[in-house]
Amino acid sequence: MSAPAATRSLALPGVARAVLARRVGLGLAAAVLLLILPQLVPTGTALAIMNQMGIAVIFALSFNMLLGQGGMLSFGHAVYFGIGGFIAAHVLNMAGRGTLWLPVPLLPLVGGLGGLAFAVLFGSFSTRRAGTVFSMISLGVAELMAASSLIFDRFFGGEEGITTNRSKAPLLLGLEFTRDRQVYYLIAFWLFVAALAMYAFSRTPVGRMANAVRDNPERAEFVGYSQHRVRFVSFCAAGFFAGIAGGLFAINYEILTAENMGLNASGGVLLMAYIGGIGYFVGPIIGAVIFTFLQSMLSDYTGMWLLYLGILFLITVLFVPMGLAGILMLHAPAWRSRRIGRLVVPYLITGALGLVAVIGAIGLLELLHFVAVSEGAGATKRLFWTTIAPRTLMPWLGFAALAVLGALGVRWTAPRAAAAFAEVTK
Amino acid sequence: MTNMAAIELRDVRKSFGATPIIRGVTLAIEAGTRQALIGPNGAGKSTLFNLITGKYPVSSGRIRVRGEDVTDLTPYEINRRGLARSFQVTNIFTRMSVFENIRCAVLWAAGYRYSFWHRIGAARDVNERAETVLEQLNLAARRDVPAGVLSYAEQRALEIGITIAGGADVILLDEPTAGMSRSETEHVIALIRQVTAGKTLIMVEHDMSVVFDLADRIAVLVYGEVIAHDTPDRIRANAAVQEAYLGVPQGVA
Repeated sequence: MSAPAATRSLALPGVARAVLARRVGLGLAAAVLLLILPQLVPTGTALAIMNQMGIAVIFALSFNMLLGQGGMLSFGHAVYFGIGGFIAAHVLNMAGRGTLWLPVPLLPLVGGLGGLAFAVLFGSFSTRRAGTVFSMISLGVAELMAASSLIFDRFFGGEEGITTNRSKAPLLLGLEFTRDRQVYYLIAFWLFVAALAMYAFSRTPVGRMANAVRDNPERAEFVGYSQHRVRFVSFCAAGFFAGIAGGLFAINYEILTAENMGLNASGGVLLMAYIGGIGYFVGPIIGAVIFTFLQSMLSDYTGMWLLYLGILFLITVLFVPMGLAGILMLHAPAWRSRRIGRLVVPYLITGALGLVAVIGAIGLLELLHFVAVSEGAGATKRLFWTTIAPRTLMPWLGFAALAVLGALGVRWTAPRAAAAFAEVTK
Repeated sequence: MTNMAAIELRDVRKSFGATPIIRGVTLAIEAGTRQALIGPNGAGKSTLFNLITGKYPVSSGRIRVRGEDVTDLTPYEINRRGLARSFQVTNIFTRMSVFENIRCAVLWAAGYRYSFWHRIGAARDVNERAETVLEQLNLAARRDVPAGVLSYAEQRALEIGITIAGGADVILLDEPTAGMSRSETEHVIALIRQVTAGKTLIMVEHDMSVVFDLADRIAVLVYGEVIAHDTPDRIRANAAVQEAYLGVPQGVA
């Protein structure tokens, strides 16, 4: 027993160093990617979406400090995002008037401290309990803030919200933020710093105890930790990073309304984290990118984009609770054994048939939507590659056929794809 | 050994609703000894553990750990005073790796508290201690496996590991060998001997061969009262114990 033990403890530092090197490599790759992204997709729309994504990623990562790492399902996390944003906007206005000196690049920190202050306030009692009670309190706090936004309309600006102007603040090192690209680099910088800090947090003593309290709060108490205190620390950290995201939102959009801290925003971040996969650090990153992309793309094409996001969420909850990151991680063994290539063909076949089924289903939903809402007076609608007449039978039959045939095809080929997966994984 | 008791109970009582479960227990447990707590099912053994460790509040009476009154303290405050316990039903951090389970149990005792400014991978003292405990438990090969997928016997070993990892001086084990085969039991008993050397051990146990083999002293709890607290030999000879508990023929000797 002692001989293998000795070799093991000798081997460990080497393994640890390799893991560390891989992480540093990943971090550098992420930094480079963030730097060159505006060159890769240089359009104005792309830049606007990427700015939105960066903010959403920070927000979703902060949410997952609660849900994924701490086991706290919050229905009101946008409160700390919104508060951070409002405070940042007011401070930006003061800086613009010259009441105080604060350049734009430091403003997200102000948002973070605002989020932190309110997380300390509300977290002090809401983290006393876990589970359903915590969720209910978070909902109550969200409602409380929604009501407050109507009462304190000097701070929240009532229906119109409050506007601000990032170009009036004093400069730091001559950095101007008049163009979207400049804002992009500011968001990218804070995204990198915040993601790194949140990753580091998960690898601190209290970060690990957050996992322990999530798994088994009772046992955590019997190894010396107050479950309340552990949840409280995570909650405050999550509020801080949500506030940073809110501060970036204020800089990027120069307007905040009560909607930004409402239940819809809180629900959105839950969807992002869940679709991406709450069990993995990268999960919320993937989820926030996809959610934001779909949100901005789909809303250009269809009035039902929320329905599609909802369906995506349902499918995730029902069939892939580990999220997209979980699916990727399942393929890690095949990737390491260099056999992932054998999956390409079976996956492409099943994927193509799945796409046919999805096109059919979307077609039917869009037809239904057109007939139900009766967009304009026209009798035709552009859908996918073609123009169709929703009030005739043919398109309905066509899309139904696509949906059914695609689904049957998937049923037929999916077992083969699964078998191929089992083959390369074993 | 000091003359100060490791644990001292004074007329401790506990009722659930109108039902008295612990009916006045007074017991002093000498530091550095191995104590067994035996008694028929429903006698209140686990309840007594839950009172000592702060899981339940007492209805009346006082509890001292190493001279300090802990009656009104929370489980984590009592744990910080050097008392750790295991559970009858395995109580581990199921989604975390075996190594992380042990490491979490070391953190507070090593002084890291609620730190978010230390990198846990760089906390040498904690990591070395966790590795040592893993070796002791014979779980080093299962180091990175999620604790939830361990076999039953391995989970029971981990349960003990979490209890002793923080280096507490007073260890309470609630049926550590429950549901184990003969050879697994022998392995666990050897482990308990090893990891509790020089410490105070209090153990609820049903396996009489284990009890008489391991314990320096035995307390017998029947219907919420301690009817005897003595050396194994005298407990064996005690008429009241035989009547109340060992009278059932189950091959005691």
